[in-house]
Amino acid sequence: MNGITQPAMDPVREESREQEAVTGSQSVAPGIRIDEVSVFYGQHCAIQKASLEVRPGQLMALVGPSGCGKTSLLHSINRLTDSVPGCRVSGETRVGNLSVNDPATALGELRTRIGMVFQQPNPFPLSVADNIRFPLREHGLRDRAELNRRVEKALRAVGLWDEVKDRLQKPALGLSGGQQQRLCLARALAMEPQVLLLDEPCSALDPIATETIEQLIRSLKGQYTVLMVTHNLAQARRIADSVTVCWVDEGCGCVVESGSREAIFVNSSHPVTRAYCSGEKG
Amino acid sequence: MSIARRDWLFAMTGAVLVFLVVLPLAAMLFDLLRLGLPVLGWEFLLGEPENAGRAGGIFPLLVSTGWILLVCLAVSVPVGLGCAVFLSEWLPPQSTLSRGIGLSLDALSGVPSIIFGLFGYQVFAITLGMGFSILSGGLALACMVLPFIVRTSQQALSAVPDSYRQAARALSLSRTGMLWRVVLPSASPGIAAGVVLATGRALGETAVLIFTAGYVMRQPGSVLDSGRALAVHIYDLATNVTGGTGHGAATALVLLALILMATTGVRSGAGLWSRSMLEEKQQ
Repeated sequence: MNGITQPAMDPVREESREQEAVTGSQSVAPGIRIDEVSVFYGQHCAIQKASLEVRPGQLMALVGPSGCGKTSLLHSINRLTDSVPGCRVSGETRVGNLSVNDPATALGELRTRIGMVFQQPNPFPLSVADNIRFPLREHGLRDRAELNRRVEKALRAVGLWDEVKDRLQKPALGLSGGQQQRLCLARALAMEPQVLLLDEPCSALDPIATETIEQLIRSLKGQYTVLMVTHNLAQARRIADSVTVCWVDEGCGCVVESGSREAIFVNSSHPVTRAYCSGEKG
Repeated sequence: MSIARRDWLFAMTGAVLVFLVVLPLAAMLFDLLRLGLPVLGWEFLLGEPENAGRAGGIFPLLVSTGWILLVCLAVSVPVGLGCAVFLSEWLPPQSTLSRGIGLSLDALSGVPSIIFGLFGYQVFAITLGMGFSILSGGLALACMVLPFIVRTSQQALSAVPDSYRQAARALSLSRTGMLWRVVLPSASPGIAAGVVLATGRALGETAVLIFTAGYVMRQPGSVLDSGRALAVHIYDLATNVTGGTGHGAATALVLLALILMATTGVRSGAGLWSRSMLEEKQQ
């Protein structure tokens, strides 16, 4: 809760600010480090021993065929897997200095630090403004002027303000799919996260809306550390700083290769990566 | 047989079936109107029953019915809704407890109403000392309609898209906040359907009330007085009172109108609440 109302009290941000003073970097976002993480649903293994690292302020694309555990891996980072009955996660994930799977880590703190956008746009069936106001209020922000300021700021950040400023009180479900998805991103950004998890944010959208969202995601790089699941290799090539390729091996997902965009798309020596990226497979 | 002919045959069969369904309803309504309409009027609605119901009106019975319904809904709606919310939002759906509760609810909804009457008589009237009273009757009715309210509310809650709840989890919202602001308002039309069903059953119930609320025709002074509900009155006029048919039919018409009114009232009330919760509240 403190992360919202009193960002200056946040130890991680303080630390990052110190780092920033030393390195002169613009980013205050922490990195993500995933070490040998496996996700199981009952007996079924969704992904096994996945390791990857997203540098602070960078955007990593998680690519691979359906059913290779990309989404499960993403959901393990903010522990959405906790609410799936029978789901087990092993391994170590760190977001900045926060150990995700440590029982001592407060789930609320973790999730306010991590924003998430899902595959299908899922705004609440409330008004456009209330979609952003309701979560902020839930986290203790009561001041009306400040709430309205945060609504405008979040909507401007996703380029939605000019489109919806006259219909802030209208139902969010009346917006187009692309607008709804941007509203969901605005809702996540309003909580002032440091990390963004995007689960195929464009898969339900048409090419024009996709283009808008893509530009938006590109503009968020640097300010946030972004891990994005995508089916679209061309999209990964356009906007990602680094890429992780997942594959299915004996019915279980795994990470094949992880590296910079060039390392994956141009210089990869791994046969699966080469076949997948050249379009021969997958 | 040609395709067009097959379709025509299918449509005609459907039309005949629809006619068969509507026919008894229409016949019943016609009969009630024919017998009851001459009796219906302000004196009937606002008068006291005379000569065991053969003459006079039904005002005290309207009051009793209203009180019984109020007690029944005041108990069954909060309890039933609370139970449904707990079952669908808190308990894991596959857990033994959840399945056990579901099974007992289904068994309860199949229990004949006379059993609820005897149960209500023994527990509320005798053991808890409430006697033949509006309170006993309302509580026994509440027991009877509870399974309906729980089951329909549970269905309405589970029809709320899970993507809302997932978004709420990712935003670290409280379950209660989410419940009040999003889940209940979205589910309220479905919940209202359950309450409507319960209201209809409660208004039409006789077996439960004969054993609990009693059949005294006097106007009740408080919820601890005995009172006769409209359905009990119809039953009594039809079986025990010769020459009560006209007044019985008129009472049935009033009861039908009441059920229609209660149904519309509950539905529109739920719609209004849902809209006011989901739309902007301030500014």
